[in-house]
Amino acid sequence: MSPTADRAMPAFDIDTLISDAHVGVVVCCGSGGVGKTTTAAALALRAAEAGRRVVVLTIDPARRLAQSLGLSELDNTPRPVQGIDAAAGGTLDAMMLDMKRTFDDVVEAHATPEKAAQILANPFYQAVSSSFAGTQEYMAMEKLGQLRAQAERTGQWDLIVVDTPPSRSALDFLDAPKRLGSFLDGRFIRLLSAPAKASGRAYLKVFSVGVNLATNTLGKILGGQMLTDVQTFVAALDTMFGGFRERADVTYALLKEDATAFVVVAAPERDALREAAYFVDRLGEERMPLAGLVVNRIQAVPAGALSAARALAAAEQLAEGSDQGSGGQAASATVELLRLHAALATTADRQRAQVSRFAAGHPGIPVVEVPAAATDIHDLQGLRSIGVALAG
Amino acid sequence: MPSPALARSLTDARLHVVTGKGGTGKTTVAAALALALAAQGRRVLLAEVEGRQGISQAFDVPPLGDDEVRLVTDPSGGELWGLSVDAKPALMEYLQTFYKLGRAGAALEKVGAIDFATTIAPGVRDVLLIGKVYEATGRTDGARRGQGRLVYDSVVLDAPPTGRVVRFLNVNHEVADIARVGPIRGQAESITRMLRDRSTLVHIVTLLEEMPVQESVDAIAELTAHRFGVGAVIVNLEREALLSAATRAALDDPALEERVRADLTAARVRASGPVVRGLLAEAEDHVERLLLEDEMRAEIRSQDVPVLHLPALPGGVDGGGLSVLAQALTEQGVR
Ligand SMILES: Nc1ncnc2c1ncn2[C@@H]1O[C@H](COP(=O)(O)OP(=O)(O)O)[C@@H](O)[C@H]1O
Ligand SMILES: Nc1ncnc2c1ncn2[C@@H]1O[C@H](COP(=O)(O)OP(=O)(O)O)[C@@H](O)[C@H]1O
Ligand SMILES: [Mg+2]
Ligand SMILES: [Mg+2]
Repeated sequence: MSPTADRAMPAFDIDTLISDAHVGVVVCCGSGGVGKTTTAAALALRAAEAGRRVVVLTIDPARRLAQSLGLSELDNTPRPVQGIDAAAGGTLDAMMLDMKRTFDDVVEAHATPEKAAQILANPFYQAVSSSFAGTQEYMAMEKLGQLRAQAERTGQWDLIVVDTPPSRSALDFLDAPKRLGSFLDGRFIRLLSAPAKASGRAYLKVFSVGVNLATNTLGKILGGQMLTDVQTFVAALDTMFGGFRERADVTYALLKEDATAFVVVAAPERDALREAAYFVDRLGEERMPLAGLVVNRIQAVPAGALSAARALAAAEQLAEGSDQGSGGQAASATVELLRLHAALATTADRQRAQVSRFAAGHPGIPVVEVPAAATDIHDLQGLRSIGVALAG
Repeated sequence: MPSPALARSLTDARLHVVTGKGGTGKTTVAAALALALAAQGRRVLLAEVEGRQGISQAFDVPPLGDDEVRLVTDPSGGELWGLSVDAKPALMEYLQTFYKLGRAGAALEKVGAIDFATTIAPGVRDVLLIGKVYEATGRTDGARRGQGRLVYDSVVLDAPPTGRVVRFLNVNHEVADIARVGPIRGQAESITRMLRDRSTLVHIVTLLEEMPVQESVDAIAELTAHRFGVGAVIVNLEREALLSAATRAALDDPALEERVRADLTAARVRASGPVVRGLLAEAEDHVERLLLEDEMRAEIRSQDVPVLHLPALPGGVDGGGLSVLAQALTEQGVR
């Protein structure tokens, strides 16, 4: 099971990562459904039980996992996880991101109470904070920034583990906040809100023809109220803090620090590994520190010493024997076990071939394989077993 | 064997909305459904709205643009067309239809108003996307909507995932805050009428795993509460059980290990301890998985919605796999 045999694929040792006191932030990324949340939680638990003071930010945990981490309370702040082994002196706090609430908090922290109330009641704000694509990614980054500031201020955590939103593409985590920032700082919104600020005549003369046509037309379709909402929203935000884009840039910079480590999670399938490859390449371009790749849900084959082909041949032989009556009924269970084994071993071979292909294209990237558990992972014990697998 | 419930719900269906947790196979199932309908002699449109080019990938054709493209012509006379709906051209088309904008459209584009309206204006994007699907569903070959024959017999929509689908379909509510009067309001109301009608069905794709099943159950409740018709739950990537009931029972028998060892030896396989115990461990894991899947199946059945099943294709869906899935849907009574 260990990929170390393959020279292109050094082993990714999660224990080295979590015992490195220099590492303060671990970000778990990957395409949707591959096991990001599970990996983040397992890694955080293992680090805490190894003595680190950890906070894990989960985004969309499976319901039963959330319950066993004590995340049923949705108050958007970290709470201690019960039932961890604290013998090494570590602690584990966990939280689940509430993006709307996080956005509201940002507003409240940066505006006078009256102004904040005005923004929170703005219909345009409400729509952007609860439904716009990219808001979740933006707020995940925002929350990471907040947790980091809190860790520095209080010293209560020395490791922050972050899960990322369930986007189709792992790249969304890096791109969506900027995209949202650019939209909110976008040309048309600026133009809409500009006359309110710079009401100089010269300015109006230059822009008014196109803008007036545009606002009038959009006003007709969308309703004039909405454009007014947008104008007040942007104007109010501007006085609160610098543009959205700058704010996203600040958190983005945090991801480039060398105290940050990215863990990329993938399933052993073509699409997921292709996404992982895009993401790994992107981290390289951005000079963001990649710790390694977790290939999650690899088919485990306990009887791996027996090849698929050999198992099938033996199954055929035994099946023929029982047809003729010599082996009788007795062999039928063995025949089924052999056929099952052949199916599993074939799957495992196909998965390994996919992983090798990834490794060949990305030599030198540390990889660890985590076997697929027979059932879902929904308690601390399950997370611990994932943690053991992550340690190779 | 079509179940009576499925047959009843499919009778009037013209617009099939396919949703599901991301990654469960929404796009694949939507494509297979569209193909199944086309293979029965219908003229079918398959539309996607998330700009992912899933249709082009599934049918291995060049990326789709704003134009409807014929993907398949079936010997039965059926046809399958594909469309990737993009909000921007949809808005331009909309402005043209209702406002006869002409060159002013370009001015809107230039100041960023089109970008604004299609990306950030809440709800507008969804109205535009689904508005295009509405237009195609009701399109006729006569001079005006409602005159002549319908251009498409069926429309299949590869919709946003379960977490977003109700918000997506609930356009009327979404624009209520934005536009209290005017054409977009009127359009939203017509769209909502169609979506709540018997001719629209929402199908939910799931896997036999905890999270997708949970999301499906939640989605059924939410869709029903908003008066959208749920068609079927489609269980995708079903694997066959590789162990018979007799073998599953035998796993509890301590004598099995010896028997397996003897059988392996008889078949001239080296029956080492790790291999024998490994085979038994694999079987136990498999049984545990099967039990979980049974639990998930029971949970789905308790929803009182017709259930369809699609096998996991060992080689993936490339090269003919879609037809196999389409055939499976037809055999289960999809009309
Ligand atoms: N190694 C594993 N073995 C078995 N089930 C797993 C494993 N990793 C994840 N799962 C299950 O897969 C589902 C999706 O995992 P999750 O971590 O929520 O994915 P993501 O956060 O990437 O969407 C969950 O139900 C989880 O319990
Ligand atoms: N029944 C099936 N058998 C084999 N592979 C499948 C099946 N259904 C889907 N897939 C594969 O699973 C992956 C995800 O499917 P896709 O339809 O793109 O999901 P979604 O649209 O829900 O994200 C694709 O690689 C697809 O080819
Ligand atoms: Mg997750
Ligand atoms: Mg898709």
